[in-house]
Amino acid sequence: MKTVSTFLSLEAPGPRVRVWLDGAPLHLPRGANLAAALLGAGVNTFRGTACSGAPRAPYCMMGACFDCMIEVEGETRQACLLEVAEGMRLTRPGAPGDA
Amino acid sequence: MHETDLAVIGSGPAGMAAAAEAAGLGLRVALFDDQPRPGGQAYRDVDRVGPMRGAVLGPDFVEGRRLTAALDDPRISHLGGAGVWAIEPGFTICYSQAGEARLLRARRVLLATGALERPMPVPGWTLPGVMTAGAGQILLKQAGLVPRRSVLVGTGPLLYLFAVQMVRAGINPAALIETQTRGDLARALRHMGGLFGGWGYMTEGWRLLRVLQRAGVPRIVGAHEIAIEGEDRAEAVRFRRGGAQHRLPCDTVFLHHGVVPNPQAARSLGLDHRWEPRQQCFVPVCDAWGEAASAEGGVEGVFVAGDGAGIGGARAAELQGRLAALRIAEGLDRIGNEECDGRAKPLRRQLRRELAVRPFLDAAYPPFAEALRPDDTTMVCRCEEVTAGEIRRAAAQGCPGPNRLKGFLRAGMGPCQGRVCGLAVTQILAEATGQSPDETGYFHIRPPIKPLTLGALAALAETGEAAGTDKTAPGQGDAA
Ligand code: FES
Repeated sequence: MKTVSTFLSLEAPGPRVRVWLDGAPLHLPRGANLAAALLGAGVNTFRGTACSGAPRAPYCMMGACFDCMIEVEGETRQACLLEVAEGMRLTRPGAPGDA
Repeated sequence: MHETDLAVIGSGPAGMAAAAEAAGLGLRVALFDDQPRPGGQAYRDVDRVGPMRGAVLGPDFVEGRRLTAALDDPRISHLGGAGVWAIEPGFTICYSQAGEARLLRARRVLLATGALERPMPVPGWTLPGVMTAGAGQILLKQAGLVPRRSVLVGTGPLLYLFAVQMVRAGINPAALIETQTRGDLARALRHMGGLFGGWGYMTEGWRLLRVLQRAGVPRIVGAHEIAIEGEDRAEAVRFRRGGAQHRLPCDTVFLHHGVVPNPQAARSLGLDHRWEPRQQCFVPVCDAWGEAASAEGGVEGVFVAGDGAGIGGARAAELQGRLAALRIAEGLDRIGNEECDGRAKPLRRQLRRELAVRPFLDAAYPPFAEALRPDDTTMVCRCEEVTAGEIRRAAAQGCPGPNRLKGFLRAGMGPCQGRVCGLAVTQILAEATGQSPDETGYFHIRPPIKPLTLGALAALAETGEAAGTDKTAPGQGDAA
């Protein structure tokens, strides 16, 4: 990701593992909350809505809003309920461009 | 099918305290949580927080370790990363964990599903970069992330706490844009009695405000006409104070105007709810132990504790969890009536003290009026992109309540099942039709209340598992 994160990490994160986002490699802290790790890596858009394609990103971080939905190994999941694991394949269907 | 005495749904302060108390009284407990690790939102992932983050978050946060430590009991099985998608009377808990659907039978159920942020539909609230203040706190608690350039918008002590945590982390928010007015504070002072009862909370509040003042964080009180601007993400907050328009550039906007009970599990069980005018939300009807009133033909043996039963905060939730556990243990003949009452007494005293400050807080920091009555173009249902105007038009065409709305619009039919917009939809319809919120009602919540993949369901069918059969479920699910 070329984008700079709008968040700053307080602590030096632990060991990172490689995951794939839309086919591109991304290094995220192992075991971290997936939605938080993506935001920390500068991923600002998680998906586009089905109705209008409007960009969305995590809103509640607690499993309520479903705006963090992302495809993990081809299955739609809420990123804020998952932990980062080595080799995860993530895709953002309908996410407009690279944001 | 595996069996347990008590299924606790949610491992925040209420759920953790209830599990520990019940286990201590000899009950086998299954503690479910959709998050992988215990803590709930108040103590999110508290066990993995290092000293630096602990210092930023403060002692009230790391205090949660007392509760997670108490889960280390052979009678408690903590089921993390487990989404409970249905609770069938009797009880069968249907949940998915690690991509598999599983069932567990329980004699009693305690709902400790906590709170959700009150919906705050303002123009632009769906843009990336806009989140709830609760979400911001979670990012800090769980990932040590601090926003570089943020604005906090709304009302309530949580905004002060979060802002102070950012100050401690070394990155001040650009401003607090607060919606309460000086008149609200004056009205709140009528609840002076509560003020004295909740003295600890008041001094804590003043301390937080002093930190913000010393750090030079601007506070704008009485803001209105709030809108978030941006093309593909949040770029600025526009608002008015008095006669003047202001625009504050930022990358991240945190919204908050209170929290409300998370209704999904309680509603899916058909528990009776009533409108609570002071907290401006629905609460399940429960007795002083948290046992849900069972309407005729309704389910029995369901308890609700913590914010899910009405907002009281983390410490009150813990006490309510213990009270419910006592009553459940009594009902299952683990303790006698007298012991139950005796143990409950000091808990009730503490609970009264914890709740004393609430009337003052509710009056001093009321919900933001414009977000309760969004203008016609503002989106209300984020999932299906339905505006307030569309909801009002449906009301004008004769739609009386949220469930009939589904015949007009798709509001509440998206993946979040109304978790985010439900209360706003009720309030907009109630105002448009001139009915009370009680008359207007709320979305019918039907299982599955958590996403359930067909694969998981198919795997369940293959094992021959169905509610009512007696086979052993694969994997974990048993307590002790
Ligand atoms: S951010 Fe709301 S469900 Fe994940």
